[in-house]
Amino acid sequence: MANLKTSEKKTKAQSMGLHTEVLTGKTQQKFFNPDEAENFYYWGTYDVDFNKRTDLDVKDLDCKEANKKIDELMSQGYGTIVIKNPQGKHSLGVGILNKLNLIFEGSLGYFGVGSIDGPTVRINGRVGWSCAENMMAGKVVIEKNAGSCFGAAIRGGDLICKGSVGARTGIDQKGGTIIIGGDAGAFTGFMMQRGRIVILGDVGINLGDSMYDGTIFVGGKIGSFGSDAVESPMTKSDIDWLKRKLKVAEIGENFDVSKMTKIVAGKKLWNYDALEPTEKKGAI
Amino acid sequence: MCGIAGLIHRGKSSNVGHELQGMLQALKHRGEDSTGYALYGDTEGKNFIMRVKVGENVGEGSSSVAEDVSVYDKRKNIVESYLAEMGAKIIKEERVLPYSLRYEIEYNKDDLLNFSQKIESIPGVEILSMGKSLEVIKDLGNAKIVCDRYNLDKVVGTHAIGHARMATESGVDIKSAHPFWGYPFSDVSVVHNGQLTNYWNNRRILENKGMRFMSECDSELIAVYLAEKMRNGATLEEGMKDSLRGLDGVFTYFVATKDSLGMAKDTMAAKPLVLYESDDLVAMGSEEIAIRSLLPQEIDTYDPFDGEVKVWQI
Repeated sequence: MANLKTSEKKTKAQSMGLHTEVLTGKTQQKFFNPDEAENFYYWGTYDVDFNKRTDLDVKDLDCKEANKKIDELMSQGYGTIVIKNPQGKHSLGVGILNKLNLIFEGSLGYFGVGSIDGPTVRINGRVGWSCAENMMAGKVVIEKNAGSCFGAAIRGGDLICKGSVGARTGIDQKGGTIIIGGDAGAFTGFMMQRGRIVILGDVGINLGDSMYDGTIFVGGKIGSFGSDAVESPMTKSDIDWLKRKLKVAEIGENFDVSKMTKIVAGKKLWNYDALEPTEKKGAI
Repeated sequence: MCGIAGLIHRGKSSNVGHELQGMLQALKHRGEDSTGYALYGDTEGKNFIMRVKVGENVGEGSSSVAEDVSVYDKRKNIVESYLAEMGAKIIKEERVLPYSLRYEIEYNKDDLLNFSQKIESIPGVEILSMGKSLEVIKDLGNAKIVCDRYNLDKVVGTHAIGHARMATESGVDIKSAHPFWGYPFSDVSVVHNGQLTNYWNNRRILENKGMRFMSECDSELIAVYLAEKMRNGATLEEGMKDSLRGLDGVFTYFVATKDSLGMAKDTMAAKPLVLYESDDLVAMGSEEIAIRSLLPQEIDTYDPFDGEVKVWQI
């Protein structure tokens, strides 16, 4: 990183007159400079080549060893990694912050591929509780079923389960899209704040309970609505978006999305109406 | 948090002692204060097997008070004199540990309630299980330790349930360890993962109806609750469905009888359960790794939904 305290060279932003002051002291500010390669460095990430492929058998590794090995392979430039024998182990493939094709030949336990930011993950099996928790970006496709708390607190990306999922799917969701090919359990979308959940099958009780914002689409039956979850009319843009998303998700090819039920927040929660728009944003 | 596991072979027997040990050991990170097994033998014998404890394990982080081991002998002698008094003939006797006894007894009367009350009237004595195919074995330590201590690795049977316990609501002792026998019903056992919030209300009601509690562990309530329903004529499945309304809190529990295995999950689905089902085997546990210890190959598993009750026969 350039030493701004001693550098004579102006950044482009400074040349444009956006910043003229050279800061000193402990709180010096660092300005973005597209000429500096370091500005694009994202700690813990690697430049990988998708055509460089390898297998990793984790049968005899614990989750820490397996994740370290994945990190080592990425540091060597491998852009496609196939994990053999995951055998329901917990916390595999977590914290991957760069582009990567990650394929699991089997099922994962709890907290699989959590806190990821960018990879494309395919799991040819099932996942346990809290899959892709806190996911920031990327795409995760699960071929079979998923446990509870699927996509808890995700911020972005596409999280797709072709089978059915457990309770509290998308709890505390803050962005991104969750797509379920089968059924979903109770409290789906509990306290969700942004993003979309699409369920092609049935959903359990208390759907969207205490949701602040976001949208839920359900293709099948709804057990019951949670507090402040209300039905809203489907629009053409909803239908267009759903068609596009399901195509990307590789499920529901012939599904009639126009007949889905759309659920949004009624925004009648405690003191919600008394808030100013900016305060509402803060509350979320 | 505790971990539970169960399996049932349909149409055949298997080495259920070894299989359950593997499943529970895979869950040991969920708690290893104590581990318990409820193993069901492959044939219903003519005689009852009674597992009794005449004291507590006071080592391995136990919360029990140490006693002079001579009291174990005294209690054992009283147990045997009471058995004789009630017309129960001891066919075989095994003293696995100073505080743990196993009797094979010939007993032809149909009054297990009176029988159990008599035996448990001896201070410090508790029947862990009574049945013609059920044996409950529980002690402090993880699954491997308990399995080795009681030589369970070669036990053959049709089905089994087990529990790896992290003690939170009650002491680290055998009396609070799971599985719980469905007193006074022959061959009924229960394991539970969760927390029941209306334990005392239910306990008071059930005690007034003459039901017995041996511990202050909330999980014991499930065994007693189901036993009371069955005493009043309900089937196991009916009792389990009723429990979804009668028990408050978060729970997943398994219950087994001489020829069946069942699971129930609370209406909030707050406690985990992964299930594998095929024509000849059902295996389930708090985490998939428990099932993987049995079936390492790729298989289809799923999470039962909220408020779901399932029962399988052998």
